[in-house]
Amino acid sequence: MLAARVVKEQGVHVEGLNFYTGFCVEGHTHAVRAQDKARPKRNNALWVAEQLDMKLHIIDVVEDYKDVVINPRHGYGQFMNPCLDCKGFMVGKAREWMEANGFDFIITGEVIGQRPKSQLKRTMPVIASESGAHERLLRPLCAKLLEPTLPEREGWVNRDKLFDWSGRSRKPQMELAESFGFEDYAQPAGGCCFLTDPSYSRKLQDLWQARGARRYELDDIMLLKMGRHLRPRPHFKLIISREDGENRFMHGYRKQFTHLVPTSHGGPLALLDGEARDGDLELAARLVARFSQGRDADLVRVAVAERNGPERELTVTPMAADDVPREWYVA
Amino acid sequence: MPEPVVVDARGLLCPMPVIRTQDAIAGLSPGCCVQVLATDPGVHADLPAWCRVHGHTLEAIEESSDADGAISAWIRVGNGGAT
Ligand code: SF4
Repeated sequence: MLAARVVKEQGVHVEGLNFYTGFCVEGHTHAVRAQDKARPKRNNALWVAEQLDMKLHIIDVVEDYKDVVINPRHGYGQFMNPCLDCKGFMVGKAREWMEANGFDFIITGEVIGQRPKSQLKRTMPVIASESGAHERLLRPLCAKLLEPTLPEREGWVNRDKLFDWSGRSRKPQMELAESFGFEDYAQPAGGCCFLTDPSYSRKLQDLWQARGARRYELDDIMLLKMGRHLRPRPHFKLIISREDGENRFMHGYRKQFTHLVPTSHGGPLALLDGEARDGDLELAARLVARFSQGRDADLVRVAVAERNGPERELTVTPMAADDVPREWYVA
Repeated sequence: MPEPVVVDARGLLCPMPVIRTQDAIAGLSPGCCVQVLATDPGVHADLPAWCRVHGHTLEAIEESSDADGAISAWIRVGNGGAT
């Protein structure tokens, strides 16, 4: 945001690019859960574009991004976040867009040393070269600590008016934001995606382990964002919604999964991912009953609809909290 | 009045409805009308913001009373937007 503003200030026409990987943390994707509703329900990138009076193009990179997550050449960060590969990938996509749309250079808001691994002085050239952007990649916030790039040498931007920031302190950024009159300037301090979330990362690893292969579809990673995930058996897990918003969203997936919902008591929708063998549906129903309003009842009726199969009702004893082994909770 | 181009983004979470709308509008001329169908309530914030920065006019956005609770938005394609 600041980087764009700094360059725009010099009279350069700037448009924003935002890449949608499927793992992005959106104000309201997060807020599928009603309890998160207090948070502003806004798309951050769009909000930034409005503040800067700048066009924003949101680009779907879900398919191409898979290879970044599955086979990161530079490995993962603290969790399943392949930040360095990710940045190279995104700047590479920006370069393609720049070339296709007649733009001259790319700017990013990196600050040397702000994030471990992906924002070090030695990784800056890695991103520039792996993306193919090379000299056309300008980092206005730390440009003075780096070799002059093409836009600086050509005089498209004035290097003297760029910055030399490094380190984790956000103070200079906050001050500049204030001088620009940005209210509510909130750059995420952690990561910008679910891959930096420990519980999400566990769910992704569990998914790969259960499938015996490192692969995913968009639906898989969307569902990792919601519900409780319990894996009572290696060959299946249950995704149990936690509240209305998730219930509604998961409803859309009913046809693709065997699913369960309590009928005698209020309770959550649960999707069964994997295959249910003998006795598994009853076990699943007992678990779902455990999270229903009938958790203390002797018996709970649960409707079970198998994928592409008939619907029937099972009457089960809800599982007691102590009977659910901790290791069943994936996250 | 020509029929609106319909973008069906029901069942998709944000920002997919915006991406689908953006892709549909990329091939249209100013003045064309697009109807977006979506179920993610996030479009109430995102579509107006996206229209504002691209200079399109959001003519209406309303909830339907159907069981699927789809949201309908009508957009008139503009010819510019933020510079
Ligand atoms: S935190 Fe940011 S840089 Fe790291 S993997 Fe996620 S989107 Fe990419």
